[in-house]
Amino acid sequence: MSYQLEIFTTDALVLLLLAGIVGFIFYARKHEHLKTPWRQVLRRPMAMSALIVLLVYSAIGILDSIHLRVAYDGNAREAQVSQTTGIVSVLDIMLTSIRTNTEKTYSAPLAVQAFTKETIEQASGIAQREYPRLQYGGAHLSDVDAATWDILQRMVMAFVLASIAMSLTTGFIIIFITKRNGESITRAWTRFRKGEEEVPWRSMSVTLFVLLFLALCIVLIGSYYHILGTDQVGNDVLYKSLKSVRTGLLIGTLTTLVMLPFAIMLGMAAGYYRGWVDDVVQYLYTTLSSIPGVLLIAAAILSLQVYMANHPEMFDTITARSDTRLLALCIILGISSWTGLCRLIRGETLKLREADYVQASVALGVRQMQTMLRHILPNLMHLVIISIVLDFSGLVLAEAVLSYIGVGVDPTMDSWGNMINSARLEMAREPVVWWSLGAAFLFMFGLVLSANLFSDAVRDAFDPRLRKR
Amino acid sequence: MIAYIIRRFFYAIPILIGVNVITFALFFVLNSPDDMARAQLGVKRVTNEAIASWKADYGYDQPLLINTQAKGLAKLTNTIFYNKSIRLFVFDFGRSDAGRDIGYDISQRMWPSLAIALPIFIIGILINITFAMLLAFFRGTYLDVWGVVLCVVMMSISGLFYIIGGQFLLSKFLHLVPISGYDDGLNAIKFLILPVIVGIIGGIGSGTRLYRTLYLEEIHRDYVRTARAKGLSEFRVLFGHVLKNAMIPILTGVVVVIPLLFIGSLVMESFFGIPGLGSYTIDAINAQDFAVVRAMVFLGSVLYIVGLMLTDISYTLVDPRVRLS
Repeated sequence: MSYQLEIFTTDALVLLLLAGIVGFIFYARKHEHLKTPWRQVLRRPMAMSALIVLLVYSAIGILDSIHLRVAYDGNAREAQVSQTTGIVSVLDIMLTSIRTNTEKTYSAPLAVQAFTKETIEQASGIAQREYPRLQYGGAHLSDVDAATWDILQRMVMAFVLASIAMSLTTGFIIIFITKRNGESITRAWTRFRKGEEEVPWRSMSVTLFVLLFLALCIVLIGSYYHILGTDQVGNDVLYKSLKSVRTGLLIGTLTTLVMLPFAIMLGMAAGYYRGWVDDVVQYLYTTLSSIPGVLLIAAAILSLQVYMANHPEMFDTITARSDTRLLALCIILGISSWTGLCRLIRGETLKLREADYVQASVALGVRQMQTMLRHILPNLMHLVIISIVLDFSGLVLAEAVLSYIGVGVDPTMDSWGNMINSARLEMAREPVVWWSLGAAFLFMFGLVLSANLFSDAVRDAFDPRLRKR
Repeated sequence: MIAYIIRRFFYAIPILIGVNVITFALFFVLNSPDDMARAQLGVKRVTNEAIASWKADYGYDQPLLINTQAKGLAKLTNTIFYNKSIRLFVFDFGRSDAGRDIGYDISQRMWPSLAIALPIFIIGILINITFAMLLAFFRGTYLDVWGVVLCVVMMSISGLFYIIGGQFLLSKFLHLVPISGYDDGLNAIKFLILPVIVGIIGGIGSGTRLYRTLYLEEIHRDYVRTARAKGLSEFRVLFGHVLKNAMIPILTGVVVVIPLLFIGSLVMESFFGIPGLGSYTIDAINAQDFAVVRAMVFLGSVLYIVGLMLTDISYTLVDPRVRLS
């Protein structure tokens, strides 16, 4: 099997975004007005736990954004499974066993037997209706009843491993505290245990422990059972949920990335030049914001759909098509959501241009462009940061709603919205197939809740109105 | 006041023209009428005659912007832009791509939309304001802290889950109300209970938290201290003084959406099978009916602009310091 790197537009944007974030961290370290609020964020236990969860989600998303084109030589079973696209991500390769273990149809979480009865011919020749064993779920067991015990054993194993890893980490942290403060180990342990340290080590390690435990569970149980069951065509629901992480993250971040340059440039130009520039920009954002967002997105995606249907030659693979649609969705969401930030930036620029240091730089003959970039832009950063983190969770939620309406991401793409959409019919079945919906709920809730908690801390730290009190 | 309203009305015209041009561009620049005809008739194996006759039937057989073959004013009026876009200004929505009169459909379907959106709006705001007041009253206590945590948790759950959960719990499990559907007149009530409850619960998280922040911004003001010093009860301070002064930021977010209630909620209506404008839009999206979507985009923008006007007017009602000029 040989791999060849394949970069989609959205992948390139993800890497760009990543580079931007790393660059920003280095920039912020050097600038006190950005460093202080961030330090404040880093000291909030809740925010740090949320940040760790967000980092785990991002790691999954980034692994899923490195795509490889696979050339198979001989391995028939894998070739058959991946045949639909021929393109896999690094995450796919890591989860190969979960990805390729597809059953016939629905199976409940951790089930050993199928969800529906089938007619099975016994050895004696009598046909009987019963639940057949799954092809992969618990296939290593000879006895059906042994499954519970087996799973428990594996969970205990995961717990023990996570505990060992955790004790080591905690040990390192305590040694670090001891070394830095020059105090005894018992004192450092007390400080750690009571959460008296400035950096919330305790909450961070608890979060890390929980996440580690879950990850180990996936590793130890995932390849032998379907932890979250399988969907209608037998695909593992856990795998689908993990694949959906990338979609959710992309919608949440790329949208802001796309709209940011416009919002900043137009807002700053309007506030700085005033006069007709201001009138034009104001007209532009009033007009755009007066079209209800959902309807604008619906109209645009509808147009795009027709365009894609009429130009099939431009999109050679399913992945390429859904990628284009995802990017288009981000752009349209960006267009319908940049107006708020633009308005804020315009207002702030109007205020800043009267500030003494800006007036001074104008009087000293600094060029206008230079003045804006050097003196105004850095002072708008807090607005930008607040709006990026505040918008994120709303956009992730919006993806689900839009996919449900039918104007979201491509129906073939893994996304929580599509999972919820298909779960609608499953909920009407008897007995209820609840795991697809439950999985989408858990993964979305984890991401959105931690994003909300984190953005709260960021807003508290950066908003000058809140900072005063 | 009247003069202000009239002037605002004239300000609205260029914005509506902008909206009109944007929607026209969205629908006709990316895809030619031929592409639309193909999408309607099925992409594969469509003859040119079929496309031409579809375009003639639905009035797409004219040039986009300028008709060079016509004379005089007809140069501009015998175009798709004039017939499909400019006519929206007088609320002449024309026929949908399925052949129905859009104006009539809208006038029929806005009432069910209103029947579900209005109770959610009114009861929701009352509940949110009361909860926010409670949290502000107990600010700094455990009740406040956990109340806010609960709000954040509720905000983090997608509205779709509230709907599915509500349908499952109340309809399928407890059999209290029908899962979905709609009826005329008073019979509609039993179909409306569930969507209204779900809508209110779905909005509590963000609403309560927003109003709580607005109150807390007011609560440190001097007049609040004065009111307390006068010996007023905390209850009177909160509801008599703080609520009144927090009215402006509250109204900013609230009044704008009142006209948009007519449009209804896309997701709610399609889940609960309510024949309002929201499900009308969704059906149009699924059927790729461009005429209906275009009409709805325009209608939505008009209603939003009306909402902005109402917001300004409402300011003068709650705050005598605001003068419209």
